[in-house]
Amino acid sequence: MSDRLLLGTRKGLFDLQRKQGKWAIANHAFKGEPVSSMWQGQVQDQGQDQGQGHWLVALNLGHFGTKLHRSNDEGQSWQEVAVPAFPQADVSTGEEQDGPSLEMIWSLQADRRGRLWAGTLPGGLFVSDDWGDSWQLNESLWQQPSRSQWFGGGYDAPGIHSICIDPRNPDWLTVAISCGGVWQSRDGGGSWQVTTQGMWAEYMPPEQRDNPTIQDPHRLVQCAGQPDCFWVQHHNGIFKSEDNCASWQEVKAQPSSFGFAVAVHPQQPQRAWFVPAIKDEFRYPVNNEFVVTRTDDGGQQFKALRNGLPDQPSYDLVYRHALAIDTRGEQLAMASTTGNLWLSDNDGDDWQLVSSFLPPAVAVQFVE
Amino acid sequence: MATVICTPRLREVGPATARSYPGDNLLELLDALAVDYPRLRGYLLDDQGRLRRHVAIFVGGQMVPRDQALTWPVSAGDEVYLMQALSGG
Repeated sequence: MSDRLLLGTRKGLFDLQRKQGKWAIANHAFKGEPVSSMWQGQVQDQGQDQGQGHWLVALNLGHFGTKLHRSNDEGQSWQEVAVPAFPQADVSTGEEQDGPSLEMIWSLQADRRGRLWAGTLPGGLFVSDDWGDSWQLNESLWQQPSRSQWFGGGYDAPGIHSICIDPRNPDWLTVAISCGGVWQSRDGGGSWQVTTQGMWAEYMPPEQRDNPTIQDPHRLVQCAGQPDCFWVQHHNGIFKSEDNCASWQEVKAQPSSFGFAVAVHPQQPQRAWFVPAIKDEFRYPVNNEFVVTRTDDGGQQFKALRNGLPDQPSYDLVYRHALAIDTRGEQLAMASTTGNLWLSDNDGDDWQLVSSFLPPAVAVQFVE
Repeated sequence: MATVICTPRLREVGPATARSYPGDNLLELLDALAVDYPRLRGYLLDDQGRLRRHVAIFVGGQMVPRDQALTWPVSAGDEVYLMQALSGG
């Protein structure tokens, strides 16, 4: 089991460690600054960088834009590195007034070779081969004609919040966009196909319900052990795919199929966790009863898990990246907008409250 | 030469104390600053070179209009304050 957890919040990055059975804050970095995304891991492929660990934290400074920081010593020291930048608009046509600019880094994911991907608002996917010292816009996705139909979900601009790198081949990529659908590449981002067959959009007029490029997948996860299996927590439901996103099937959960976060067991694709809420304008637990739902059979049934979770009216909401499972499937971590952090070491049957006095949470990740 | 004074948050990426830089307008002044402080530009301007929405610049005690900020003339002896606008939270 991991004894270390990173928590990204509205007020900085927390490094929590378990010592003698008790979790505590070991370090607080970027104090007061909003974390928007983070990633930690190491290069796995053979080469001179094999085993080199990297931590990356994206900040969304209220006044001074998006910043990215990298640590090569597990958070003991940090260096500000480059952020993705959108190309200069054509001044001769007057486009510069409307030209895109980086608003937020919403997802970071590196492959086993050390190639780093960043999903951003307003909908650009970027790649770095030097751990953030330089970035290139993925033109193939950015130039998709249907991008003009994408729109913001929760933010003014569309954003890429989920990047799944297939463990069988790091050039097989699947990304999810709010609101722009699910896109796949089999050639390292050289070309893309939208893959939302079976999803539908309740929030659109009937003529647009099946339009792939207006779907709002809130979060996309891939089962590491059976990578043809994916789960999506969508704006109006839960969808699963067992054929590498070629088709999606909707499943229903109680007390609600609305939410933001989803986690899938790394070896058991039929097993997934969700944090339900009342949809759209409310965004807090159904009947103020905070629960986690888990399916063990691919969505035929869901069990509401509440042991250790609030037994009084709750307004906790768990954002997209704030529910995590470790790579062995032994531990779950979950943090809320109300500043609660819970852990479970028995598949969510019981939860341990680590703290209820943290800032609003954005993301959690085990350090392994 | 105008004197540049940064809000405290910018002093780790810009001059920590008041310093003088050349330039006939704010863009030229920022370009001169970038020689010593290359990270500062990204804190003030976005990808398209526009002044960030929640950055405020004062010249001679007056806030510079956002749509004219980068061409705003700077005179020798001016004090130029690089500030965070309260609108940014």
